[in-house]
Amino acid sequence: MIEVNEDWCKGCRICIERCPVNALEESDKMNKRGVRPPRLKKVNECNYCRLCELLCPDLAITVFTDDKKKESRKTLLRPVGGRK
Amino acid sequence: MVEVKTADQLNKKFLRDGMWPTIFCNGCGHGVVLEYTLWALEELGWDMDKTVFASGIGCSSRMPGYINADGLHTTHGRAIAFATGIKAANPDLNLIIFTGDGDCAGIGGNHFIHAARRNMDMTVIMINNFIYGMTGGQLAPTAPLGSIATTAPYGNIEPPFDICNLAKALGANYVARWTVTHPYQPIKSVKDALSKKGFSLVEFLAPCPTAFGRRNKLGDIKKHWEWYDNNTILIEDYERIMNYGTEKEKEEVKDMFPIGVFQDLNNPGFFERYEKLVDRVMGGSPKTPVKAKAVVQK
Amino acid sequence: MVYKRDPKKIREVLGNKVQFLLGDMACVYGGLLAGVSFFGGYPITPASEVAEGMARMLPRVGGTYIQMEDEIGSIAAVIGAAWGGAKSMTATSGPGFSLMMENYGFAVMTETPCVIVNVQRTGPSTGQPTLGAQGDMMQARYGTHGDLEALAFAPSTVQECLDLTIEAFNLSEKYRNPVCVMTDGEMGHLRERIVIPDEKDLKLINRVEATISKNKYIPFTNSQTVKGSKVPDFPTFGIGYHTYVTGLTHNEKGFPATDKQKDHERLVKRITEKITDDADKLVKVEKFNLDDADTVFVTYGASARPAETAMEIARSKGKKVGLLTLKIVWPFPEKIVAKLAKQVDKIIVPEMNLGQIYHPVREAACGNCEVEVAPKIGGEMHLPVELLKYLGVK
Repeated sequence: MIEVNEDWCKGCRICIERCPVNALEESDKMNKRGVRPPRLKKVNECNYCRLCELLCPDLAITVFTDDKKKESRKTLLRPVGGRK
Repeated sequence: MVEVKTADQLNKKFLRDGMWPTIFCNGCGHGVVLEYTLWALEELGWDMDKTVFASGIGCSSRMPGYINADGLHTTHGRAIAFATGIKAANPDLNLIIFTGDGDCAGIGGNHFIHAARRNMDMTVIMINNFIYGMTGGQLAPTAPLGSIATTAPYGNIEPPFDICNLAKALGANYVARWTVTHPYQPIKSVKDALSKKGFSLVEFLAPCPTAFGRRNKLGDIKKHWEWYDNNTILIEDYERIMNYGTEKEKEEVKDMFPIGVFQDLNNPGFFERYEKLVDRVMGGSPKTPVKAKAVVQK
Repeated sequence: MVYKRDPKKIREVLGNKVQFLLGDMACVYGGLLAGVSFFGGYPITPASEVAEGMARMLPRVGGTYIQMEDEIGSIAAVIGAAWGGAKSMTATSGPGFSLMMENYGFAVMTETPCVIVNVQRTGPSTGQPTLGAQGDMMQARYGTHGDLEALAFAPSTVQECLDLTIEAFNLSEKYRNPVCVMTDGEMGHLRERIVIPDEKDLKLINRVEATISKNKYIPFTNSQTVKGSKVPDFPTFGIGYHTYVTGLTHNEKGFPATDKQKDHERLVKRITEKITDDADKLVKVEKFNLDDADTVFVTYGASARPAETAMEIARSKGKKVGLLTLKIVWPFPEKIVAKLAKQVDKIIVPEMNLGQIYHPVREAACGNCEVEVAPKIGGEMHLPVELLKYLGVK
């Protein structure tokens, strides 16, 4: 699941557009700024890749595996690439 | 200390209360750079009491304000010189400088050049959006040929500044360029840059949909972000094609931005040299032989 | 490692107590005695000797000297070093001083203690690099944009170059404001006998560091530890106060408040009032023969020397001439000059410019006596005989 700090969202849709499995959509509720923050689709294939969380320019999205085990997932920051 | 695993925890640990949300426009890349930097800092586990952020003027320069640490928001282009002083007064502090293309390559070019030449112990994170965003879209020294700005209404005719190759030529210890559109490589790169002694530079190509994308017909935020994916190439691939590729392949990549790690050295930084100087002077041998040899040692 | 002032080391480096010393070097000595640990400089005649002296001596007392890429970088590094916890200074001359003006304003706005030695030379522009002048007095006061109160000293002997540099550090630490030491090419390149003050005679002031608990601390408001002081406690970088320091108009927390009239007014008024409130305490003048005088010289810096000779010659010929030498030029000792104007017939202001301090003198005199400027430009000091002409003495 994802948690969105709704008032920080500026509605850039980067999370929605760049989700590899197309799991996000705009919610039907507007926030204070008059934009629609993202939410998970009812049926989705979210695999917790956390790309939306890492790309959000306003640090407004947090990805959890599920409600009960909020901290079970290890950080995914084991990047590769670049000359060494 | 609780290990930070999610953006929510990251926010609670690093963000300055009362300053959020940011002033950045919709679709701007600055916030992303901020987040990458925070993840890198988290990976390193640095003490935020001993980490100081400095910045000049411009969109990029508002970033120290959003981080819960000591921050110095200085005059246009001078952040690196200010940071030099901070580091000199207290070498135990870690210095991170957020700067933009106008701030660093334009008005602050001289300070940048000399800090890189001195191998001054600090990390410069330069966010390059090809435009003066905060003042409304004037021509930047990094603007691609032909791009439109309010002060270049008929297209830019000045060849752009390649700040990474400049830093490389000056012998900076670590030089890298990334786009903001992919998270993992830049986070690792910022982490590497921060842990380096001496001067390190990470340049980010960041979208500015408001001032650059809109004027240059790069489309909406989605298309503008894709423009960065389509116009960059890993430096390893770029060099291979330029050396061994066919004419057709060369033609395809010649106008792209190479991204990746440009330089990774371990030369002594300024303060290591200064400490040695003090030891030498106090030890009674104030003179050294002049070396005619050039600067960069690979 | 943060620098710690070590009197023994400093005295070892400075050498004999009595020396025959260059004016520029006296500024170096003053800085070192005051506990300077960072000097950022750029070569410029006639101030280069200050940088040279610092380059030679600072590494030996545990400080850091860096020759920056230009004067803008110098003052920037000096301000940065102050935030890192150092007492810091730079030295320059006219063209460099002009380059420093933007960051001088930054230091005022962010309330950063630092010292700028300006060994003045003639201008405008490159002027006469090797020769002295006093053409930057108004620049020290009004050179940067916006509203501010300046603090500036004007030494007229080499000993004063040393003493007033120490004093400049004290004021900058006390008021958290940049302080200028306005010497000139003549003073800078003059050699005189100096006596290095003993450690017990030194009165050094250090900034009030923030000590209050971190959640109660407010970085840009009246002091939270010293009662009645408008100078905020200093949150040195690295001690955990996480202060955001900006040259933008900021509220008491230090956060940008660029569209708020009240915040700007409160901020700038506090910054100026911390100095104007103490203006009477900040007076530092030398008075010679004022009691019975009907004509007085009001002057400062190098110009005080020929004025003193002229006064003595005129006195020997029966003229009742006095001399008021300003050691602190900014803030201007308005009350003293105003009182003097009511007592005498004429005030003469000898200056190595076409008339700068003449203006605040005339303002203070307020029509109560005649005020005349005695200008001399071109890199030469007044001859006493030239000043005698203003007194009507042949």
